[in-house]
Amino acid sequence: MALFAVGLYLSWTAGRLDRLHARIDASRAALDAQLLRRASVTQELATSGVLDPAASIVLYEAAHAARQAEEEQREVAESELSQALRAVFAESQQVEAVREAPGGEAAARELTEAVRRVPMARRFHNDAVRAARALRRHRKVRWFRLAGHAPFPMAFEMDDEPPAALTDRPS
Amino acid sequence: MRIGIVCPYSWDVPGGVQFHIRDLAEYFIRLGHEVSVLAPADDDTPLPPYVVSAGRAVPVPYNGSVARLSFGFLSAARVRRWLHDGSFDVVHIHEPSSPSLGLLTCWIAQGPIVATFHTSNPRSRVMVAAYSILQAALEKISARIAVSEYARRTLVEHLGGDAVVIPNGVDVDFFARAEPNPEWQGDTLGFMGRIDEPRKGLPVLMKALPKILAERPGTRLLVAGRGDEEEAVETLPAELRSRVEFLGMVSDEDKARFLRSVDLYVAPNTGGESFGIILVEAMSAGAPVLASDLDAFSQVLDQGAAGELFANEDADALAEAAVRLLGDPKRLAELRERGSAHVRRFDWSTVGADILSVYETVTAGAAAVAAADDERVTGLRARLGLARD
Repeated sequence: MALFAVGLYLSWTAGRLDRLHARIDASRAALDAQLLRRASVTQELATSGVLDPAASIVLYEAAHAARQAEEEQREVAESELSQALRAVFAESQQVEAVREAPGGEAAARELTEAVRRVPMARRFHNDAVRAARALRRHRKVRWFRLAGHAPFPMAFEMDDEPPAALTDRPS
Repeated sequence: MRIGIVCPYSWDVPGGVQFHIRDLAEYFIRLGHEVSVLAPADDDTPLPPYVVSAGRAVPVPYNGSVARLSFGFLSAARVRRWLHDGSFDVVHIHEPSSPSLGLLTCWIAQGPIVATFHTSNPRSRVMVAAYSILQAALEKISARIAVSEYARRTLVEHLGGDAVVIPNGVDVDFFARAEPNPEWQGDTLGFMGRIDEPRKGLPVLMKALPKILAERPGTRLLVAGRGDEEEAVETLPAELRSRVEFLGMVSDEDKARFLRSVDLYVAPNTGGESFGIILVEAMSAGAPVLASDLDAFSQVLDQGAAGELFANEDADALAEAAVRLLGDPKRLAELRERGSAHVRRFDWSTVGADILSVYETVTAGAAAVAAADDERVTGLRARLGLARD
């Protein structure tokens, strides 16, 4: 009877862990999608000719590097893209200039959405990671190897501060 | 002539390009031309009267390191105002392929534009869109100058087109007239450059030093430049360390005296040099030069006629050549003489005249430089102008 209760408890814990792992996978996919979206809209702006060539090249190189980065360099490359975006869109006039161009309104909106959603997606992901890590460190999970061969979940650490001129809502 | 010069790098940070522009501007001013230099600078930096600040350069990750660059809306506005106020006959841009003020000016200006390519660093890969962004701006340049045959070759490979080679200038007489310092004379080898930058080649020289000292125990090595001195002599046997003297950073005057004093100037650089201004300065000061056979160096030394070359990174070859030269006062005197004669072509009087003839070639029959007034820009400016005042 006691053995059955323990088995039931362990099985319930394994289910919890499985759900957490699924949540991490989903949140990581969402973060990937937002990062890719940010890089591709940056690249679109950089090659559009709306910005001056110096700013275009800085943005293009950063977006290119972020997209091409290996998994280990991804956090650095994405952080550098954030810095490049902050440097280029430091002034609200620059954002205005983009909006004035044909189709610029849509591009500016897409970029604004992307730079707002990256920090959100990252926070949700890291939150899921934190929950799973806490459970996995527990004795019962380690002793009974409930996590199986699933890799230990890692948080995604990066500088995702958006450019102020983009996210300032008109008041 | 009204000349506008654009410096891509911060005026308050010392660097080769900045010094080149400073000397060039002062040379033209002495000749009676009107010169204005546009450069990024911090607001509180004292600037010479001919320099106009383009605002602070922003640190951004670029090309694998953090670079301080100028771009964006405010910088563009300052470039436009500078072009408008200056109404220059010619605008001379430096390093236009780096995403900073030079490229920005290229984009905005219309009229005779001259550009000097200093390094054109070889990139690992050319990216398709970056190339087309650059190309669109760079095709407005009427004349391209490369500082060396090597810089010209990289430019042709990466961007196509062609350029004339005009070397960097040096004030030859400033070095030739310097007073030698007796403390730095008598069987001395001179090295100048960052101690902890391996590409400057101090490790190669340190490797060669025991061999040189075995043959000529009286030799001293004088090192002028910043860096960790203890780390630099780490590879040297303890009893030989006293033969190396570190002078730290030296002023322009001391640099000239240093080069004037040493018996042999050694440049063991292993790469990353597009010109080699230090060799020209050493020759100006009458120092015999022994340098690694980098492309840029062998060109400055006239393929070995104005100074001796040794196989790059080969410490044994360096030691052998140094011992041979120090033991042959006749050859040293010959090198001094050849160097001093050869270096005249790098004097500002020659280099400046060459640059001026480039200006005259492109301005002949052309209108003055103006800011490009496409409709989008004027519309925006008018609106912003209204909004501002």
